[in-house]
Amino acid sequence: MTLILIVSVLMLIAVLWTVMARSLIRSMLGLALVSVGVTMLMFLFAAPLAGVFELSVCAGLITVIFAATVSLTKPMPAADRAKYSKERLKRYWPVPVLMLLAGAACFLFLKIPDFAALPAVANAENSVRHILWHGRTLDLAGQVLLILLGAFGVITLFKEIKNQ
Amino acid sequence: MIPLATPTTLWVMTAFIAALTVAGLYCLLVSRNLIRVLIGVELLIKAVNVLLALFGSITGRTALAQTLIITLIVIEVFFITIACGVVLSLYRHTQTLDTKSLTDRS
Repeated sequence: MTLILIVSVLMLIAVLWTVMARSLIRSMLGLALVSVGVTMLMFLFAAPLAGVFELSVCAGLITVIFAATVSLTKPMPAADRAKYSKERLKRYWPVPVLMLLAGAACFLFLKIPDFAALPAVANAENSVRHILWHGRTLDLAGQVLLILLGAFGVITLFKEIKNQ
Repeated sequence: MIPLATPTTLWVMTAFIAALTVAGLYCLLVSRNLIRVLIGVELLIKAVNVLLALFGSITGRTALAQTLIITLIVIEVFFITIACGVVLSLYRHTQTLDTKSLTDRS
């Protein structure tokens, strides 16, 4: 419980940093930290495979994609940046307040039902591999299709950029 | 293994997920930079991931929860890759990532 609480609080700080940081690079670093926190929570919730995926794909690959996108765009001019940073504080100050309110509303109004573990299933049937191949085959086909579509999409989009 | 089914843990985690969702939604709705909008979407997806892991652990169906999380991560990567490509393409055409100026142009 203590560990979950510590990780949650650290993650909330990282989330605030992600949303409120002026620089996009800092926001991305914050997002990567949030991913690391999600990974730790997944390990605590006995989901190590999903944790490894989260760490390698979300904290790694997605951060690289964002970094590439930011590096291919020009930063805001200094005059606009000064104006925007004043406006920015006004725009983002409600974030911590709203987060606190949402948390408090959960504590006050949410009635969590008494969860009991579902009936146990055989070990062989309770493995990710078994469920992925036998239970959710269509999901797997969809994933393969999405990866192919993603690859073609990137090729098409970057080809257009190269041509220009 | 940490005992997860205690009401306090559930409340703490639900409050945390609610806060994460609110931060993601706010970032998505209020940001004027297109990359920040994508960061908001990422935060929302992370909230869903934590929710799936939490309830998978509580109900004892961790394998199913992990399968769903992996599927969600693949969808997330696809979405972010294509969205970043579209954002870059848009930037090349308009030289701006500001949603307001993009709306004014259209």
